[in-house]
Amino acid sequence: MNARLGAIALRIAQAVPVLFGVVVISFLLTRALPGDPAAQFAGVMATPESIEQTRVKLGLDKSMPEQFATYVVQLAQGDLGQSVSTGRQVTEDLADRLPASLELTLTALLFSCAIAIPLGVLAATRPGSLIDQLCRLLVTAGVSLPTFFTGIVLIYVFYYLAGIAPSPLGRLDFAYLEPEHVTGFFLIDAAIAGDWETWFGALKQLVLPAVTLGLFTLAPIARMTRAAMLSALSADYIRTARAAGLGTTKVLYGYAFRNALLPVVTTLGMVFSFSLGANVLVEKVFAWPGIGSYAVEALVVSDYAAVQGFVLAMALLFVTLNLIIDLTYSVIDPRFGTAAK
Amino acid sequence: MINAVEPTAVKPKIGSGNFAHIIYVLKENPVTAIAFGLFTFFLLSALVGPFVVPYDPLKTDAAIALQPPSLSHWFGTDNLGRDIFSRVIVATRLDLIISVSAVALSFVIGSILGSVAGYRGGAVDVVLNRILDTIMAFPLFVLAMGIVAALGNSVANIIYATAIINIPFYARLVRAEVNIRREAGFTLAAKLSGNSDVRVLSFHIFPNALPPMMVQVSLNLGWAILNAAGLSFIGLGVRPPTPEWGIMVAEGANFIVSGEWWVAIFPGLWLMLAVFTFNLMGDGLRDIVDPRRRV
Amino acid sequence: MLSISDLQVAFKTRRGEVDAVKGISFELAKGERLGIVGESGSGKSVTSYALMRILDAGGRIKAGEAIYGGVDLKRASETAMRDIRGREISMIFQNPRAALNPIRKVGHQIEDVLIQHGQAIRSDARKKAIAALKAVKINNASARYEAYPFELSGGMCQRIVIAIALACDPKLLIADEPTTGLDITTQKAVMDLVDELVKARGMSSILITHDLGLASQYCDRIVVMKDGLIVEAGNPIEIFTNPKHPYTNKLVDATPRRGATIRSLLPEEERKPLAARQMGDTPLLEIKGLEKTYHGKSGPVRAVKGISFTVKAGESLGLVGESGCGKSTTSSMIVRLLDVSGGEILYRGEDIGKMPALAFARNPLRSKIQMVFQDATDSLNPRHTARQSIAEPLKRLKGMHGEALNARIEELAALTGLPEHLLDRFPHQLSGGQKARVGIARAIAPDPDLLILDEPTAALDVSIQAVVLNLLADLRAKLNMSYIFVSHDLNVVRLLCDSVVVMKDGEIVEAGSVEAVMDNPTNPYTRALIAAAPHAPDRKSAA
Repeated sequence: MNARLGAIALRIAQAVPVLFGVVVISFLLTRALPGDPAAQFAGVMATPESIEQTRVKLGLDKSMPEQFATYVVQLAQGDLGQSVSTGRQVTEDLADRLPASLELTLTALLFSCAIAIPLGVLAATRPGSLIDQLCRLLVTAGVSLPTFFTGIVLIYVFYYLAGIAPSPLGRLDFAYLEPEHVTGFFLIDAAIAGDWETWFGALKQLVLPAVTLGLFTLAPIARMTRAAMLSALSADYIRTARAAGLGTTKVLYGYAFRNALLPVVTTLGMVFSFSLGANVLVEKVFAWPGIGSYAVEALVVSDYAAVQGFVLAMALLFVTLNLIIDLTYSVIDPRFGTAAK
Repeated sequence: MINAVEPTAVKPKIGSGNFAHIIYVLKENPVTAIAFGLFTFFLLSALVGPFVVPYDPLKTDAAIALQPPSLSHWFGTDNLGRDIFSRVIVATRLDLIISVSAVALSFVIGSILGSVAGYRGGAVDVVLNRILDTIMAFPLFVLAMGIVAALGNSVANIIYATAIINIPFYARLVRAEVNIRREAGFTLAAKLSGNSDVRVLSFHIFPNALPPMMVQVSLNLGWAILNAAGLSFIGLGVRPPTPEWGIMVAEGANFIVSGEWWVAIFPGLWLMLAVFTFNLMGDGLRDIVDPRRRV
Repeated sequence: MLSISDLQVAFKTRRGEVDAVKGISFELAKGERLGIVGESGSGKSVTSYALMRILDAGGRIKAGEAIYGGVDLKRASETAMRDIRGREISMIFQNPRAALNPIRKVGHQIEDVLIQHGQAIRSDARKKAIAALKAVKINNASARYEAYPFELSGGMCQRIVIAIALACDPKLLIADEPTTGLDITTQKAVMDLVDELVKARGMSSILITHDLGLASQYCDRIVVMKDGLIVEAGNPIEIFTNPKHPYTNKLVDATPRRGATIRSLLPEEERKPLAARQMGDTPLLEIKGLEKTYHGKSGPVRAVKGISFTVKAGESLGLVGESGCGKSTTSSMIVRLLDVSGGEILYRGEDIGKMPALAFARNPLRSKIQMVFQDATDSLNPRHTARQSIAEPLKRLKGMHGEALNARIEELAALTGLPEHLLDRFPHQLSGGQKARVGIARAIAPDPDLLILDEPTAALDVSIQAVVLNLLADLRAKLNMSYIFVSHDLNVVRLLCDSVVVMKDGEIVEAGSVEAVMDNPTNPYTRALIAAAPHAPDRKSAA
């Protein structure tokens, strides 16, 4: 048991060098910017003198290690610099918009897990059957779908042709008032406020983008579930269980599925990475006011502090999610941290 | 004869001796055969497409703007009156160049890093793993955005960015494949036969890691195309009026809510089909390389 | 109790349906212990899976009948079968660790079976599971109840599998190669335990094994299977003293046993006299105070703790011990694949232990010390033909090429009895015995003086093992080589070696001539090892 706690502590400790690496890369990206950041920040009306002033003010005249130290100190204070386009602190902008992105991503993941895992299990238990073929097709087609294209097709079909989806602009139609801010998740906030009309309105807006994103993450999860389930089903311990007369349900779910779930959980990390990336595209298509569309808008106007802040924020988010996944794993796999795993 | 490793060594396993197996896989799974057919089609589009398309992909004509698909314009025209079919076909070359060069770069760099780390182990392995962990700690598409934003908005930088985010996959795969063979009997036997470590690694172990690598390459090509198209969709890399699938979908997106579906749908379909082809091919290769993966 | 008549089992493959069992019949009486013996591919395991109706997908009982206690196992409903499995007929398997659910406590796995068969309810399941653990003589059963399989040794895992199998008091136990993958002393403990439990409960048992010696020791009756058919049946003494079928005869001959000589493993007509060997008095290899320490996560591990022995020119030395005793580490150091931590390896007086393993590939002595590996499949590069594999040392170490190279390869193929037309095949197109020959041809290619044989026959069927051992004996005389034969199988070591070194926990516990050590062991561990080896009835005594 101690070996396991040690392994968990080690896993948390391992996040530290990764975090450091993330900060270094993000610093390098900041410094590798095209053009002169000093000229950027000095603004359009800048004179050579004011640019020079800005340079000194930003510390850009110092050596690289010094600049890095300043960068780290600023980071520690939550200072990601100022956005040129909004004129606000990048940290504030990101904090405002993060819940929108998280609400979308998490809903999409829930949606895709709810479909992909049963599908993978069914396909694996009936190899060669119709459902297996369907799973194969869906898996291959799913990873081939450009998310931005899926989104556009869905808009065309459900908004333009069928007219059942609301216009693809943001989280809530203008007819509704935003629910009072508690978590920033509209579905949760509206539920807390008991405002079911707004809740329903928010849900309507959420469905298409979440499905778009979910279709994209569905494939890797279904593929992994199917493969993990197949390999679990061919394992020796399943034969033992069958030979001992255990019932089909027990063998399938109590033994095979629980073992198959382990690799699926580890895949979720990769799936998160994909969906956070795809999130950017989906937000642009649906004008979703999350951090992804924020970054795209910033890119267009060359607002690099905002872009780099976004990249760093995404990385930090992802490192945290991965840590959570691994810690979950340590709970469900007794072998975690031992020589056997 | 043993020295001829790189391209030919793939064949003994996939090719000779297993020819019957390939036929079997293709027969059993006609989808794979279709995938190889489609692949040939895309290859031809990239090679001769620009010479055979009916219209100049860049020629604008306001008089015929936003025309739906017709006999003269199979895929319709866009808001500037350009022929979408010609643009879609011509775009194949650019999209394939981006993805193939990116995948080739990451294949080479990833193979070298992974082989050394997997064979040597120890500190080299630990350091490489830390670096890979750091790269993988970014959502990959987001990292690619950051790299392109930092390096500058050009096609070459799109290639570099796509290559960088792909390197960890190859490095990890090769590392694992090399590592499991590091203590294999045939590796030890090769050492006893007087091979130096470099020879053992490059002529005995690495060729055995190639089949799974080929599968990865095929799957990755599709992914690289998606990635590049995604970047240009948000305005990075390729710039208008260059025909490229991602950017064409982005341009067409504005007209979808007003019902001019063809502007976005056709380039999107083509993009999807290309990625689909590579993924199917990857699956097919997997069946050929390792029949047990598919029960 | 169990009656099988004309049972046929077929598997669907891509080349159409393949018959794995082609019509076998036998009966099993209450309390009888039956052994089903056969080499790989004989259909012995498939037979047992068919009885339990747990054949893999694609397998089916094609024809015939299997009646257990009045129930037709072929036609019984799946629900009825589920009640029979574990309750009436139980099974234990090879590779016990994999046979247990890796993420479920072993106690719960026993409970699952008890509850399934209505032998326990939630409230008393724990108590009954612990009782089942005690029944298989597991000490500290209530603590073991909480363990996961990865926390237990292989032998302990096999006890758990037995506990699961016997939890519901079945009347028939099928043991499918229950000792494969276990150490020799553990093997004996497991077999003795199974035997004791079966007898005490008045159960019937079917032991499925490739080892005729093991079957003769633990069974009342033996059926011998080959290619899906029963070729002979009888009690062990009959089978050993008077085998009627030529295949049984061959199998009995090939089973290593006390009093056998290496030639007697072969069928009578192939027993040519052994050529005389030249034994020099000069030491070829002297090991002095050899040590190896690994630096693991939990501190240094001393795998080899300062051992010394000598191999004379022309002599064959057996290096014997169970897994983890350091014999493989020792052989890796001698063959210079692994650096030494201390001590000397003197080859003709020169300390080759000082040379780093990394650089030894370029040393002129490289060709003098070669090795034959345990798993012939694993030791051949899957992308190289047999010819390419054999050519490798000749090109690298002898600088041969062109005609001379081909001539030498063909000479080596002839020496090792590998038909020339197989030279251009890839490993997966060769049989186990053929792959072993390629491995041997490659090892002797650069004219070594010292050949290290790392359990070269462990993965082979006994009849092939007999041939390979004889080939090795012939080559030794013909090419004047010394062998270090690494093995856990004392019966085989006795046949091939002049002297023997017994290792345990990185130390030598006993050494001496084969006769001295095997006939009059002084060390208790050596004695336990010798006692644990299955001993088949002596053939000569009755023949």
